[in-house]
Amino acid sequence: MEILVCVKRVPATGGRIVLTPDGQEIDTRYLGFTVSPHEECAVEEAVRIVEAQGGSSAVLTLGPVATEEQLRDAMAVGIDRAILLETDGREFDPVATAAAIVETIRAQEATHGPFDLLLFGNEAADTGDFQVGIRVAVALDRPIVTGIKSLTVLDGTIVARREAPGGGWETYELPLPAVVSVKEGLNLPRYPSVPGRLRAKRKEIERFAPAWSQAGPLKLGLRLPEEQGAQVEILGRGPNAAPAVVDLLVRIGVLAS
Amino acid sequence: MSRILVFVEHTAGEAERLSLEALVLAGSLTAATGGAVEAILVGPGAAEAGIGLGVHGVRTAHVVADDRLGSYAPAAWAAAIAELIEARSPVAVIAGGSDRGNEVLAHVAARTGRPMAANVVDVSVGDPWRLTRQRWAGSLLEDAQFDADVHLLTVAPHVIPVDESAVGPVGAPAIAISPYAPTVRDRDLVGRVTGREAPDVGAISLAEAKVVVGGGRGVGSAEAFATLEELAGLLGGAVGGSRVVTSAGWRPHSDQIGQTGLRIAPDLYVACGISGAIQHIVGCKAAKRILAINTDPDSPIMGVADYAVIGDLHQVVPAITAEIRRRAAGRPPRPTMEVTRSTPPGREPG
Ligand SMILES: Cc1cc2nc3c(=O)[nH]c(=O)nc-3n(C[C@H](O)[C@H](O)[C@H](O)COP(=O)(O)OP(=O)(O)OC[C@H]3O[C@@H](n4cnc5c(N)ncnc54)[C@H](O)[C@@H]3O)c2cc1C
Ligand SMILES: Nc1ncnc2c1ncn2[C@@H]1O[C@H](COP(=O)(O)O)[C@@H](O)[C@H]1O
Repeated sequence: MEILVCVKRVPATGGRIVLTPDGQEIDTRYLGFTVSPHEECAVEEAVRIVEAQGGSSAVLTLGPVATEEQLRDAMAVGIDRAILLETDGREFDPVATAAAIVETIRAQEATHGPFDLLLFGNEAADTGDFQVGIRVAVALDRPIVTGIKSLTVLDGTIVARREAPGGGWETYELPLPAVVSVKEGLNLPRYPSVPGRLRAKRKEIERFAPAWSQAGPLKLGLRLPEEQGAQVEILGRGPNAAPAVVDLLVRIGVLAS
Repeated sequence: MSRILVFVEHTAGEAERLSLEALVLAGSLTAATGGAVEAILVGPGAAEAGIGLGVHGVRTAHVVADDRLGSYAPAAWAAAIAELIEARSPVAVIAGGSDRGNEVLAHVAARTGRPMAANVVDVSVGDPWRLTRQRWAGSLLEDAQFDADVHLLTVAPHVIPVDESAVGPVGAPAIAISPYAPTVRDRDLVGRVTGREAPDVGAISLAEAKVVVGGGRGVGSAEAFATLEELAGLLGGAVGGSRVVTSAGWRPHSDQIGQTGLRIAPDLYVACGISGAIQHIVGCKAAKRILAINTDPDSPIMGVADYAVIGDLHQVVPAITAEIRRRAAGRPPRPTMEVTRSTPPGREPG
């Protein structure tokens, strides 16, 4: 199995988001970076499939040079090689992102042979566009299933399950090559080992510089939603607060008096 | 005339709530521009659901009549919508911000080579259109310019109010049901639902529970969730948690609340040992009330909670369950001083 996973670098925001003064970006001066939990699961799944069935895995990202960090994180848990589509820091919209990824996949397949499986997150953590994986699949004329929480790779086909509207599960069966976008819950990703980190550090990263283009939507600026302004009422400290809590439970009707 | 097409999802002959939200947005746009809202419905029960849309401002419902599309097949459903775009030349196609709404519209966008904006909360029609959409699952808003001949949008869930009194076909204005047979390529049917499993019945589901007791890193271990289970049990509620507890394997991922987990809207959410990261808060902010139990009075959860107890959850939660049991049994209060002395508050979990 030859597998490609696409991940996107995003800031690991904590308790609240702070914007830059011009309102164009999240102020990331005091933040670390990560990828979406969905994408962490995609990386883990690629590693597991190759461990079980052989073949090799690659990780691809489009972003500024610092995005190397996320590529090395993926290689530290067992992805074999990495491709960076380096930008000058400008945001690529989902149309441009998909176009750059498609172009790279075509070039990679021309030299390394075809990928059996392309893995994406269901949606990126920051922009949440819900479309890059689908655009790539349609451009390459490969079948896609999205939002997957369980995946079985058989000989030449995959069986994928996702949550059905209204509860329960629905199943899809696709022939390979195919595209799958996944959700967190698919698996429990492993933590990188120290030798894994060291190995990842020494690996080469293939680099390309795609041209920026714009189809939309075109970001004008970012805003924080209005605060709901809840004033917290301290019911007490420690276990002595229990009677006040139970009074509250009765008052709001979740406990019969 | 600026026609707007809305992709309406339905079950058992009734439109889904998120599709009604899309119809409300479409209605407000046609009110501004003139023109009509037309619906497109696919699958069993489509005509029946279509008839009920009159009260939601729909005059024409295009009902896809093709058995091959009876089972959900996003690419084929999108192909049907793409054909309808050609036939009806709408200025916009709008879907609800559900898994299927986002998926089908992304397929329409990809196959017709148009941009798409997901999780839109506000639109102003002009040249070009301007819109506001959610990022980070709604913790951040983006204002954007959206330039396209056909504007493809999905509507962020539970932002646009729906007039519930409009629900129900009684006295509905006449609606034209227009059966529609799209061209279907076999390739577009490759990705389709081939099997279903019914939901588990029995246990109170986290998504539906009136009370949710949530645990975070402060709980410290899988075993320590027993006290949260006990409290949830007494309140007829369910237990959930933060990503830290699902990543650690203390709870299954299906218990995770937040951006990449469940969105809940209980009457009460009790957040125990949870700091209140924005990705967690987007999953629980629809709760009517939040009670935080945390050792740190400055943790971000205090900024969203309505009530708080400052203290060690390993003492506070058992004290609450003991107090509930005591009152149920009609016993007098037990002095709590000894408890506080034997285990000082603020202790980190062992
Ligand atoms: C893209 C993305 C998506 C994410 N999606 C989700 C998601 O869906 N859901 C989610 O939850 N997170 C999600 N996260 C992770 C999120 O950012 C936080 O890391 C996580 O929510 C923190 O969990 P926590 O509050 O349990 O842990 P911490 O942030 O470590 O907080 C622990 C809290 O417990 C308190 N505490 C410690 N000991 C005790 C004690 N004995 N008694 C009482 N209080 C105590 C501490 O004061 C602290 O406030 C996501 C992150 C990213 C980047
Ligand atoms: N800049 C990027 N680089 C690599 N992959 C990306 C990028 N943006 C999006 N993706 C992939 O596409 C998925 C869906 O993204 P989106 O359509 O933007 O919500 C993500 O989970 C990633 O797997």
